[in-house]
Amino acid sequence: MNKNNNRKWQDYQKEIAEDDYYYARSCIRQNFFPGSEETFLRILREVLGKNVYDDPHQTTCTGIAYHSGIVPIETTMTVVARQYSLMNDAGYRNFIPSCVTSFGIYTEMEDAWKHFPETLDNTRKQLHSSTGREFEQPENLVHTSDIIYKFRNEIAAKAKYRLINKETGEPLKVVDHVGCHYAKIFPSKGVGGAEFPKVLTGMIEAWGGEVVDYPERRHCCGFGFRNYIVKENRAYPLSNSKLKFDSMKPYQPDFIVTNCPGCTFFLDRWQYVLAEAEGITYGENGYGIPVLTYEEMAGLILGLDPWEMGMQLHQVSVESLLDKIGIEYDPHAKYLGGKMEYLGAPKEPKVLKV
Amino acid sequence: MSKIIDELKQDLRFIEGLKACISCGVCTAVCPAAQFYQYSPRDIMLTVQQGDEEKIDQLLKSDTIWYCGECLSCKTRCPRGNTPGYVIQALRQLSQQRGLFAQSRLGRQQLEVKRIIGDTMLKRGYCVYVDDVETDYHPEQGPVWDWFRKHTATISRRIGANYDGEGSGSMRRIAEEDMAELRAIFEETGAMERFETIEKWIANEQE
Ligand code: SF4
Ligand code: SF4
Repeated sequence: MNKNNNRKWQDYQKEIAEDDYYYARSCIRQNFFPGSEETFLRILREVLGKNVYDDPHQTTCTGIAYHSGIVPIETTMTVVARQYSLMNDAGYRNFIPSCVTSFGIYTEMEDAWKHFPETLDNTRKQLHSSTGREFEQPENLVHTSDIIYKFRNEIAAKAKYRLINKETGEPLKVVDHVGCHYAKIFPSKGVGGAEFPKVLTGMIEAWGGEVVDYPERRHCCGFGFRNYIVKENRAYPLSNSKLKFDSMKPYQPDFIVTNCPGCTFFLDRWQYVLAEAEGITYGENGYGIPVLTYEEMAGLILGLDPWEMGMQLHQVSVESLLDKIGIEYDPHAKYLGGKMEYLGAPKEPKVLKV
Repeated sequence: MSKIIDELKQDLRFIEGLKACISCGVCTAVCPAAQFYQYSPRDIMLTVQQGDEEKIDQLLKSDTIWYCGECLSCKTRCPRGNTPGYVIQALRQLSQQRGLFAQSRLGRQQLEVKRIIGDTMLKRGYCVYVDDVETDYHPEQGPVWDWFRKHTATISRRIGANYDGEGSGSMRRIAEEDMAELRAIFEETGAMERFETIEKWIANEQE
C-alpha cells in the first residue's frame, strides 16, 4: 500500500463502542430472517460477554416508506428522535441498528440536523408535542455488522470451525455484498469507506476464507424500495440481482455473505425465481449459492446449530456449505418446531435443488 | 423566479442534492436504474438546474421521476458533491403535494405503496409483517415462505423469536402505547396528510 492509500484508509477508520449497546431491530430481518436477529444477541451476550439492550418499545424507523416517498422527512426525523428517546430512557448511549436501510436513515438524519440545525429544533418540538418526549443523540452510532467486525479476532479465537474446505484444505471462496446504504451515502461512516468496504472482508479473512473480487461486486442488489414493493416493478430488483449472479458465477463462490437484511433476502429468493422461471442455477449441480447473514457466518464457525439460527428459512439450501466446512448437524432436525415436533418439509421447488 | 423552483428550494434534499452540476454523466454511468430503464439522473439534474418551469412541471407529471431505486450510488461518485437521488426525493414530494403524480402510471403506484407499507406501519408498527406477506402477491418468496407462514408460532419458538408475543424479540406484537406514539408522530409531522393526499388524488383520477 502506498502512502496515499494509507492516508485514505485512515479516513475510513471509525469508532465502534466497546460495550453497552442499544439494539434497534430491522423490520425486514425480524420477519424474513428472525433467527439472525436473535443470533446477534446470542453472540454478543454469550460468546463476547457484552451488554445489549433489546427494547420492546421500538418501532419501524420508516426507512422504506421514506425512500418510497410516502412519508415526509419530518416524520422520519421524529420517529428517529423517538427511538433515541427510548435509548435515553433505557440509559444507553451506543445505538446499533441491525438494518442497513435504518443505519442509512439514522446517519442521514444526523447529517441533516448538523447542516440544518433548525430541523433539529423542529424535530424536538414535533416529538414533544406528539409524545411529550425529549431526546439526546447517541454518542456512538454504528451498524451491527461493525460490532461483529470489531470483535472478529475474538470470535476467531473461540471458533470451532474455519472457512476452509474440509476436503481440500483450501479457503472457501466468499462473495461479500455490502448494502448500499451502509457506506454509499456517507463513506466515512462505513469501515473502509464505500469503494473498499472492509466490514465483511475483515470477518471473512479473519475466519479463514478468501474474498472473491468480481466485476459487479459493488452493484446494488436492486431492492429499489417502491421498485420491489409494487409487484409490476419487480423485474427491476430481479434484473439487478441477475447481473450480479452472472458476474460472480465464473468465480464459483462457495457462498455469499451480506450485511443488509434486504440484500440477504433478494440474493436468496431471486436465485429461486431465476431457477423456476428461466432454468438458471448458480451453484453446483442445480443448487443455488447459499446466501448468509454475517451472524450466520459467525454462528457457524462458532459451532451454533444452523437450525436454531433459522437457516431453514432460506430458500437456497445451506447444506452444501455446511458439508464443505465439515459442520456437524442433524439433517433431520431441519424441519422441527419449538417442541421438537416434525412439521413436514416445505414443498420442493420444481427446478432449484434444495 | 418561478414557483416550482421556489418550492423545490424549500426542500433540504434539493438544497443538499443540487450544488452545481457539470453534466459529466458519472451518475448515469453508475446508476442501476439507468441500466434497466429509459432513465438518466444526469438529464434530470440538468432540467432542474436550468430551472425551466414548464420542463420541471412535465417532469413532475412523468414516469421519469419514479424509476430511481434510491440506492444512492450516485451520491458516492458525483465529483461535484451532488446527489441526484436526493433531488428525486424532492421532486417526488412536490409531485405528490401538487397531485401531479396521479398523471403518470408509475406515479399512481404510490397508492399501492401507501396501502402496503403505510397501512402496515399504522396497523403494526412494522413496515412489513409476516402475517401480511401473501405468497400470491409475493411469489418470489417460494415454498419455504408458505411453510414458515403455516408454522410461524412454533418455528419462532425454535429460533428464539417472539411471534405475536408481548415484550421484546423478533416479530413481537408492538404494544398499543407505542403504536399510539407512532400514530401521533405521523399525525403531527404530515405523514397522515400525505397518505390522505395520495388516496384523494387517485380517487379524483378515477372519477
Ligand atoms: S455526477 Fe454529479 S456533476 Fe456529474 S452529471 Fe451527475 S450530478 Fe451532475
Ligand atoms: S439513487 Fe437513483 S439516481 Fe442515484 S444511482 Fe441510485 S437509482 Fe440512480
